[in-house]
Amino acid sequence: MPPFIKRLVGALVIVLVLVALNAAMSNEGFYGMGLPYYYSHLLRLAGINVILAVSLNLITGFTGQFSIGHAGFMAVGAYASAFLTVYYTQGLEQKLTAMLGATAGQAVIFIIVLLAAAAAAALAGLVVGIPSLRLRGDYLAIVTLGFAEIIRILLVNVQRVGGPTGFSGAIAPWEGRATIPQYANFFWIGLFAVITIVVVYNIVRSDTGRALISIREDELAAQAMGINTTRYKVVAFVISSAFAGVAGGLWAHYNAFLSTQDFQFIRSFEVIIMIVLGGMGSITGSILGAVVITALPELLRTYPYEIVLALALIPLAALLLRLIRRERLPEVIRSGWPHAIFVLAFYVVLFTISRFILINTLDLDLRLRAANVKIEEYRLVIYAALLIAMMLTRPQGLLGQREIGFSWLKRAQRRPEGDAAVGGAGGVPIAERDAPTADPYKETENR
Amino acid sequence: MDYFVQQLINGLNIGAIYALIALGYTMVYGILRLINFAHGDVYMVGAFVGLGLAKLLGYTTSIPGYNADTVGHSLWGGLVLVLVGSMIGAAIIGMAIERFAYRPVRKYSRMTTLITAIGVSLLIEYLFVAWYGSAQRSFPALVKNDAIHLFGDVRISMPQLIIFGISILLMILLQWIIYKTKIGTAMRAVSFNLNSAKLMGINTDVVISFTFALGSAMAAAGGVLTAQYNPSIDPLMGIITGLKAFVAAVLGGIGNIPGAVLGGLVIGVAETMVVAYGSDIGLASSYRDAVAFTILILVLLLRPSGLLGSTVQEKV
Repeated sequence: MPPFIKRLVGALVIVLVLVALNAAMSNEGFYGMGLPYYYSHLLRLAGINVILAVSLNLITGFTGQFSIGHAGFMAVGAYASAFLTVYYTQGLEQKLTAMLGATAGQAVIFIIVLLAAAAAAALAGLVVGIPSLRLRGDYLAIVTLGFAEIIRILLVNVQRVGGPTGFSGAIAPWEGRATIPQYANFFWIGLFAVITIVVVYNIVRSDTGRALISIREDELAAQAMGINTTRYKVVAFVISSAFAGVAGGLWAHYNAFLSTQDFQFIRSFEVIIMIVLGGMGSITGSILGAVVITALPELLRTYPYEIVLALALIPLAALLLRLIRRERLPEVIRSGWPHAIFVLAFYVVLFTISRFILINTLDLDLRLRAANVKIEEYRLVIYAALLIAMMLTRPQGLLGQREIGFSWLKRAQRRPEGDAAVGGAGGVPIAERDAPTADPYKETENR
Repeated sequence: MDYFVQQLINGLNIGAIYALIALGYTMVYGILRLINFAHGDVYMVGAFVGLGLAKLLGYTTSIPGYNADTVGHSLWGGLVLVLVGSMIGAAIIGMAIERFAYRPVRKYSRMTTLITAIGVSLLIEYLFVAWYGSAQRSFPALVKNDAIHLFGDVRISMPQLIIFGISILLMILLQWIIYKTKIGTAMRAVSFNLNSAKLMGINTDVVISFTFALGSAMAAAGGVLTAQYNPSIDPLMGIITGLKAFVAAVLGGIGNIPGAVLGGLVIGVAETMVVAYGSDIGLASSYRDAVAFTILILVLLLRPSGLLGSTVQEKV
């Protein structure tokens, strides 16, 4: 099959799957067997967070430019798109609905509005990026944070989008829709999440992506190789902001209420936590991080103590395994999938033992409940503790720069001699072995 | 004119607090090349420790002057006790942060240390939110709020005088520690080159710990003094103030101690002037928080080494 037909079929399959999933996303859907609202709500939030995390990963994970301003660009997209739908698209939508029917009419409007959101956020990204991307590391972090705050303060002072009271529909002296329409169902969120992932994946694997990665690895060396580092950084930043704007547009048309309070820098931090946990420089990692961080507060609300314990044991298990050291393990479980199974089993045993001690023997859960400790209030504390624990034990994140995929199935094909040891350390092909330095971000600083 | 002078006094006063906090940022950056994001939260913790001590000493109300009648002992003694106590408390917390969070990641890259610093900052903020709630708490007045009439309509209040007095005192003390004592000399040596300092027999871990203690104590003093001027504190008060103080440090030239003071004062005055005169040029007072960030962006674009800093050539 020619590749373009393959891609077309792939796209068609994705759209059909999304339509089917979207139908299953309500109590009535799927012949009454659909997903309850609570879970579909979480899935939609997770989709929006996936867009944010994957797009931030492009600039922070792959280009190595630490940005704390993602919430600002999300705000630009959210307000720009909501502004358009509330004040400008009503007439057009009526005409289109008369011509194409309600669904298609809304779809056209929504795509236009989201493109506008992306354009507005990209413009903001360009304005912010050109001056600030000349800076490095910590300065860039602070400047992006500053810009995001300035964007937020500017938005608070625009009366037409509600100012400090928030924006849910037309504000009195101006005419428009009374409410922001809730266009963003699971189909749209899922579609744009897939688009984001595909676009970022393709960028990373293009020559632009190679240039971005070289900037992350060593900016001076990249410059010496003739890469226009500032230009590439600005390009990555603008693309990343555009997707943040799309996420904002989706959020605006899902939540139907916007407040500048929702775009404070704690929101940016949340996205950073997602990509740091998942692994900077790993697309699947950031998807994983986004889903986990979206689900975490809800899990804490329903099954608190086990979940908290399970999370707390991750860094502990990592530390213990590091103390045990791989070399001392029996040959069979030293590497590859047996090792992964060993690690998992180790963790499960650790969890079972500590659960037995803490909950069955010490009645910790009852004691905490008696003391009226609400674990969900500690949500951000847990994020922060996870972040620190991650940095102390595994600074490259859960997946590091690796991707989860099905490539391991093809390994035998790729290497006819199978997984036989090549040059010592058993099992792992040289290309997939960890770099000799434990920390891929390690800088050799001359001081 | 009177209005201008009054605003100038208010601005310098806020600036003095920023300067106290900025000193911690600049010292830590000078030694470790690390932006200690948690520094603003140490300032908040300082204010909370001060609140606890003040309550312990019997100060209950934030109505100025009232405590003088209910608390038996001298007011100045109370202020000094609360100030010193919170400075010691914050110094311990600062050292603990350095020991348990920053030291293990010191050998890793800047990105890792930066994320750790953000993590520590979030941890402190939201632990306090979980413990104390995010509502504002009133801080008891430790001194009488008499206003001293200078000239025209210009007044300076007692808390303002105390802020000026104590911050100048602390800055002189800091200058003395850095330039006249042995540990200060060691600090300067470490900030020149950590590895060479180690080779010269300096215990760099102790010096770094001491730097954190010193910076944290300054920030805590800032916290208690702010609470005298604006008697309401909350667990998230350190975020914005900390960022502004960081901007002050960058404005003065990060790593440069007189620069941090100058930067703090400039930011304080600029911010107050925007609030005072902004409405004349169509700027709402909510732009106040944008001032510091605008200054930061301008400084980094026009003179990245800051007002008093010197440019450092990057080594390849």
